Amino acid sequence: MTGKGKEIVRIDNLHKRYGELEVLKGLDLSVTRGEVVVVVGPSGTGKSTLLRCINLLTVPDSGQVWVDGVEVTAAKTNINRVRANIGMVFQDFNLFSHLTALQNVAIGLRKVKGMPAGRANERAMEELTRVGLANKARSYPSQLSGGQKQRVAIARALAMNPKVMLFDEPTSALDPELIGEVLDVMKRLAHEGITMLVVTHEMGFAKEVSNRLIFMEGGVIVEDGPPDRVFFRPQHSRTRQFLRKISELYGKDEGSADIDE
Amino acid sequence: MEGYIAVFRSIPYIFSGVKTTLLLTAAGLAFGALLGLPLALVRVYAGGLWAFVVNLYIQTIRSLPLLVIIFLFYYGIAQALNLPEFLAAALALAVRSSAYQAELFRGAIQSIAQGQMLAARSLGMTRLEAVGYIIVPQAIRVSIPSWSNEAAIVLKDSSLAYAVGVLELMRHTEYVSARTGEPFVSFMVAGAIYFAITFATNRSLDAAERRLRIPSQAEV
Repeated sequence: MTGKGKEIVRIDNLHKRYGELEVLKGLDLSVTRGEVVVVVGPSGTGKSTLLRCINLLTVPDSGQVWVDGVEVTAAKTNINRVRANIGMVFQDFNLFSHLTALQNVAIGLRKVKGMPAGRANERAMEELTRVGLANKARSYPSQLSGGQKQRVAIARALAMNPKVMLFDEPTSALDPELIGEVLDVMKRLAHEGITMLVVTHEMGFAKEVSNRLIFMEGGVIVEDGPPDRVFFRPQHSRTRQFLRKISELYGKDEGSADIDE
Repeated sequence: MEGYIAVFRSIPYIFSGVKTTLLLTAAGLAFGALLGLPLALVRVYAGGLWAFVVNLYIQTIRSLPLLVIIFLFYYGIAQALNLPEFLAAALALAVRSSAYQAELFRGAIQSIAQGQMLAARSLGMTRLEAVGYIIVPQAIRVSIPSWSNEAAIVLKDSSLAYAVGVLELMRHTEYVSARTGEPFVSFMVAGAIYFAITFATNRSLDAAERRLRIPSQAEV
């Protein structure tokens, strides 16, 4: 990739199998700074595995991953330092239940980046404000709604100033009414130029803010292009099938009539 | 009737054994926790040989009656090194408790959802940092009810120390029972004292659990 900007994530020939099942079959991917990439596909096709191989929460069987020029998969790489530069948002939020929202956001700054408590709390308040939850700073996760928990989780990841944000089905565990508040935060981040790699079913989000829509199936990338092109003029019938199904299920009907062309 | 009166007159003497009982209990529980928590961490997070050795220790201790352990420490170690019998009993209680507390903490640690560790590591924490800042603080809270149980057990088990001559509550009660010829009444008194101590301990641990509990949706 030249000219357009720095390559933040690069994946070469990634393979991962669980027992008999090969989940990633030689996957390649490149993400440039500021890009918002949405990944869709049927369950079990390796989308979450792909994300987790980027920060090595899952260790691939073979292949290489680079993040901001550092080879994550190299044996001598300090994986903790790399992870501090990658933000991850989980489907189940995974907030630290014994800490308040503010402490959740600040703990990475204090313990991983070694920031003094005062500054860390200031930064944490900034991020909580950014996601609209400054008034919940002293609340515990058990006192927050799902949408609020996920927004705190986003703030926690953002506080570390990551080079790329990975979202693993961030709204799949939320009640429909709460999805909007999380997507709003994510859309704002996209507009602010954060590099994002998002696994989701939310087609509206993909169409509104993503630069690229990737359809994954069978452990490989089947289609990869601008959302309008992939959605309305997919090159593979399988893509068309899947996207039509998603639109039916999730009611994002504006474009579904055109898919049959 | 005189016997009863004699027993009641001896209550202060019975009571003077309580201090030793409490010391034995405290030693057993404290050492049990100091050793038990690291043992649990090894069992959960370490691999291969370390976990195997720890497990061997735990299973062995749990398979022996406390009385046997006390005698082993007393006749085996204390007499050889000329240590006081109190130390032998305290060590035996401590070793026994460490094995049970290791399992207790292991259960608590493993009950913490895996996502907590994932999130901690995704921020860049090392395994040690994740365990120390995220897992253990939550596991401690979860383990308080079981630990309260263990505290009651160690307290009651301290009574076995009388078998090697430690002058704790049971021994003192035995003396009184022998002198007054009223075993039933004497041991009723001892029982009442054990009850009172256990009751007070459980109440304090309940209070501690309440203080440490994370507020939830229903409260503010």
